[in-house]
Amino acid sequence: MNALIIDDSRAMRRILKQIVTGLGFDVLEAGNGQEGLDVLFASDDIGLVLVDWNMPEMNGLEFVEAVRAKPEFERLALVMVTTESEPARMARALMAGVDEFVMKPFTPDILVEKLNLIGVKACVAS
Amino acid sequence: MPLTVTDIDFVRDLVVKQSGNILRTGQSDLIESRLAPIAKNAGLANVEQLIAELKRSRSPRLSDQVAQAVTVNETSFFRDVHPFNALRSRIIPDIMKENAARRDLKIWCAASSSGQEPYTLAMVIREHFPTLSDWNVRILATDISEKMLDKCRSGQYSQLEVNRGLPARNLVRFFDRSGSVWTTKQELQNLIDFQKLNLTTAWPLTTQFDVIFIRNVLIYFDQKTKAEILSRALRLLRPNGYLFIGSAETVIGLGLPLEREEIDGTICYRHANR
Ligand SMILES: C[S@@+](CC[C@H](N)C(=O)[O-])C[C@H]1O[C@@H](n2cnc3c(N)ncnc32)[C@H](O)[C@@H]1O
Repeated sequence: MNALIIDDSRAMRRILKQIVTGLGFDVLEAGNGQEGLDVLFASDDIGLVLVDWNMPEMNGLEFVEAVRAKPEFERLALVMVTTESEPARMARALMAGVDEFVMKPFTPDILVEKLNLIGVKACVAS
Repeated sequence: MPLTVTDIDFVRDLVVKQSGNILRTGQSDLIESRLAPIAKNAGLANVEQLIAELKRSRSPRLSDQVAQAVTVNETSFFRDVHPFNALRSRIIPDIMKENAARRDLKIWCAASSSGQEPYTLAMVIREHFPTLSDWNVRILATDISEKMLDKCRSGQYSQLEVNRGLPARNLVRFFDRSGSVWTTKQELQNLIDFQKLNLTTAWPLTTQFDVIFIRNVLIYFDQKTKAEILSRALRLLRPNGYLFIGSAETVIGLGLPLEREEIDGTICYRHANR
């Protein structure tokens, strides 16, 4: 199964990639929300999206709104990995359909625990 | 200068006497770093002097401080998650039927560390059981460590702590943020009483509880102490109550009148022959 990582920082994408690869996912990457949508719509095996909030062109919240507007992505696991920690803004993202939040900075364990929380299991690497 | 073997053995004996905790070998660095602040506070030059002072005076206050300082306090919100699912799906609804006439729910969290466990219990209650708002719901959180209890009472957690295991919807609903400090809301704090309690000495408790959590603390005791603590806990467990221990802990070989029950992916224990 694929995981899509959307972050405008290449360093952050690399960190996240290492963690989810360890869980057995193959990784696709995008540098902003719009690119993320393009990758998502072109692929049919994405089971998990990790998305940053603040990015150029299309931010993470707009990405989440666009994804949840489509019924076929109603159940896609969407996790925001962000420096955003304002409760009111987090609440808004949850309303928009984000499943979980990981606040930066974080450790690999924290991300894995959050994924467990929403029922994302490690895939057996093929 | 590193502590001598004799010094370390002395501390180990003292800790077993005070709190029942068995320190693993190879923990001399931990002993040294945890005891250094106590030495300093007592106006002593270093940990060797603190140990010399303890040998000489046997001061109960210092001994207690030493025992508190070397405890392992590792914990997190929704640790192991399944026990909390079981409470939500089956246990609390059952207790609510059982206690409908007296309208009370009593939970004891017997090694609450920095408070993540009792606050998790409070969140489960407040989030899923609005009808309990006019019940007498009390969560008793106890620990041997004053420092941990102070942290429990403050309800303050770092960003790293709230990042661990706590669902974002709970964070947003039950915490206030100020900079990078997150504080539990009054509606959670109001449910919890905090009290210092050493599991290996007499317990000043008379209440009976519907649910008792003694998780991830039995591993630090020997079999005899473990059996004794659990059998005392059973006397405080209501006839239809539920007892939880840590997911890596076992009651096998303790010969206790317990019945094992699996609920929602977690094991809990109840009085045998209820
Ligand atoms: C590893 S923490 C477990 C916290 C929580 N129950 C959990 O499962 O996450 C162990 C706690 O037990 C406490 N403890 C150790 N010995 C104790 C004793 N004799 N009486 C009461 N508490 C004790 C320690 O202070 C520490 O906070």
